[in-house]
Amino acid sequence: MAKLRGTGIAAVNYPTGMNLGGDPSQALIHATTSGSFVVSLSSSDLGQGLRTVIGQIAAETLGVAADEIVIDTADTDTGPHCMGTFASRATHRVGNAVRAAALEARAALLDVAAEELGACAEEIVTDGHGNLLVAGDPRRCIPIAEMASKAQFTYGRTIAGRGSYMKPKSPVDPETGAMDPDSTEAHACTVAEVEVDTETGQVAVLSIRSAYEVGRQVNPALVRGQIVGGAFMGMAHALYETTEPYYPSVEHKPKDFSEYVLPGPAELPEIDAVVLEIPSSTGPYGVKGVGEMTANSPIPAIVNAIYHACGVRVDDLPVTPEKILRGLEAR
Amino acid sequence: MPEELNVVGRSVVRSDGVGHVTGRTRFAGDLVFPGMLHLKMVRSPLHHARIRGVDLGEAERVPGFVRALTWRDVPHNVYTILSLIGVEPEEEFVLAQDRVRYKGEPIVAVVAESEAAALEAVAKVRLDLEELPAVFDVEEALRPDAPVVTDWGNNTFMFEGHPSRRVRFGDVEAGFARSDHIVEAVYNSSPIEQAPTETTGCVAVPEANGRYTVYTNTQALYFSLDNTAIILQVPGKRLHFVGGTVGGGFGGKVDVIVEPIATLAAMKTGRPVRYVFSRSEEMQVSSTRSAWRIYMKDGVTRDGHILARKVTSYADSGAYSRQTPYALTKHAANAAGPYAIPNVSIDAYCVYTNRTPASAMRGFGVTMASFALEVQMDRIAERVGVDPWTIRFINAYHNGDRKPHRKIAEDATLIETMQAAAAFVGHELTDEQKAMTSAPRASLEGVR
Repeated sequence: MAKLRGTGIAAVNYPTGMNLGGDPSQALIHATTSGSFVVSLSSSDLGQGLRTVIGQIAAETLGVAADEIVIDTADTDTGPHCMGTFASRATHRVGNAVRAAALEARAALLDVAAEELGACAEEIVTDGHGNLLVAGDPRRCIPIAEMASKAQFTYGRTIAGRGSYMKPKSPVDPETGAMDPDSTEAHACTVAEVEVDTETGQVAVLSIRSAYEVGRQVNPALVRGQIVGGAFMGMAHALYETTEPYYPSVEHKPKDFSEYVLPGPAELPEIDAVVLEIPSSTGPYGVKGVGEMTANSPIPAIVNAIYHACGVRVDDLPVTPEKILRGLEAR
Repeated sequence: MPEELNVVGRSVVRSDGVGHVTGRTRFAGDLVFPGMLHLKMVRSPLHHARIRGVDLGEAERVPGFVRALTWRDVPHNVYTILSLIGVEPEEEFVLAQDRVRYKGEPIVAVVAESEAAALEAVAKVRLDLEELPAVFDVEEALRPDAPVVTDWGNNTFMFEGHPSRRVRFGDVEAGFARSDHIVEAVYNSSPIEQAPTETTGCVAVPEANGRYTVYTNTQALYFSLDNTAIILQVPGKRLHFVGGTVGGGFGGKVDVIVEPIATLAAMKTGRPVRYVFSRSEEMQVSSTRSAWRIYMKDGVTRDGHILARKVTSYADSGAYSRQTPYALTKHAANAAGPYAIPNVSIDAYCVYTNRTPASAMRGFGVTMASFALEVQMDRIAERVGVDPWTIRFINAYHNGDRKPHRKIAEDATLIETMQAAAAFVGHELTDEQKAMTSAPRASLEGVR
């Protein structure tokens, strides 16, 4: 009996969005009297930080700080249509919509600033720090907050924008499967290291180390949150989780977290990653999607590592100690 | 041309983080309204049964009981959530009519003054059920003599005239004939729960102006509103959905399960109605990730080029199809993996069984494809006699390659991602592997 170590790899791609039924998202944006901006959506934040990254994209486009953006979501009376938060689509689809809305609001802002500063709109630029100025003559400038307020009280203008993003519906050819179902592909390569106890069949995951290529990171801390959470979820899929522990038997379905087996803090391996940024042509600022895929590559990487460690290839998930022991016995 | 960015690319602190970690964020299930009623569901105790009768007599005498809803109360009781994007047929029963097809299927909704009264009344509803034979294995379900789950005589979902979502690219049989190795394996997975921290739920509130405000934790607000409007046969303008703050979705909150019946109960009683899954409902009744069975067969040259890949996949949809047909289409587009394979044939079947319905989950149709094909790649590497990195570099797709579903690859970076991973973990690649890029191939000869 021994504890055997092994290493396994897996390399995957993952599509962003799914437009086989068409999957549009829209955004509205308007300036308040104090010069901050409200973005109205009907998109759900699942806890992954949608509000934050969508606010960052709006702020970047308008040339203001992130905390000048208020995200109002989700309400069908005020927010325009969003297909939903799934398919690793929100940062890409909603991000594109909010960028379009912010560009329209920005154009209105530049127009009124041109009037205020005695220049033409093409000459007005933002400095990325909340100011509008005349290109080449930075002494002629006005804070965006002041300009947005003046637009309303002096010029009687709206500083507002509408944005929509839709990749048109792609029908599937039922004979050949020909289709154009997504907007871009993100990539991952994971290396997992495990230790298999040949007496108990227990697998300890020692490390999950990956490279991810996600287009552009809007918020690296939130990308890292997806990577760490996804790796742990993938590990749980590989080794623990099932609603039917004796599948295909339907008996012994767990009722709660004491019966639905998940790894806990004690099982947490070293999780680390390097992120490549190779911008996509379709996403706002080159964004792809990182949400779903982070749980995918750890699963086969762990299963391959188990084989490397002890020569048992288990093709049925989850890889329980019982399956390992039966595999060892059969060798 | 690098763009000067000031906000994008920075780890801005999330705007809702403090509320989440201090317990001040209000989720749908935290809301309380004056006069709010509680909805609990009478569910099938059997996997497959004919409903001979439902007796509400004792339940109605429970103190606090307000009313019960059966299929007769639901204006459009048979629906399909994906009908909004043209998927047919309508097949799922909001409340079971004459037959239950999975253990836990809703039969009667009970509305009461308190959660305890609702639970007590639910326990006192008498069901007269005639148990029917059930089927739980995807391949058994496809046999001619299998118990039939659907109303159309077999357990197959039809994709525009075909029993599977197909991909046909090149000639797999010719590819196998030219191959030096044939590598075959079958991969299985059991169902998985999305296991969100916050269970699925909503509160439906009648407003004085005749509208209904529905506070929900759906992942797709308009999708839920539009489906609710169809099921209740009311114009969308009478519904106002509020949400956006969700304690974990992972695909489990894309179904439209709680909103229609809670809104109907609010309409029938004129009072706010709360319908929030218990943890055991979330675990046992809410949709799972499908169980999958995936047969893979690859034809490979002695130097490691995959010439042909045949994939036959079965997704266990459970009693209703929900999002599974859509997942199979995504599966079919991705089951050959990020590799350039000139001959590919894929058949992906959506199979009905008497299991809890499956639906969307993180990685929708792709997670188990990635599991199967990345274990398969290691099998191929072993058979050919190369290391696991090398087999992937040999077969990696490039920009400009035509994928089996005929999309031309763009934004491909598998090679660069593997190079980065190798460097990160200290795995030494060959000079040739280090020099590779995903740039379009100079020539397709030698690959095809």
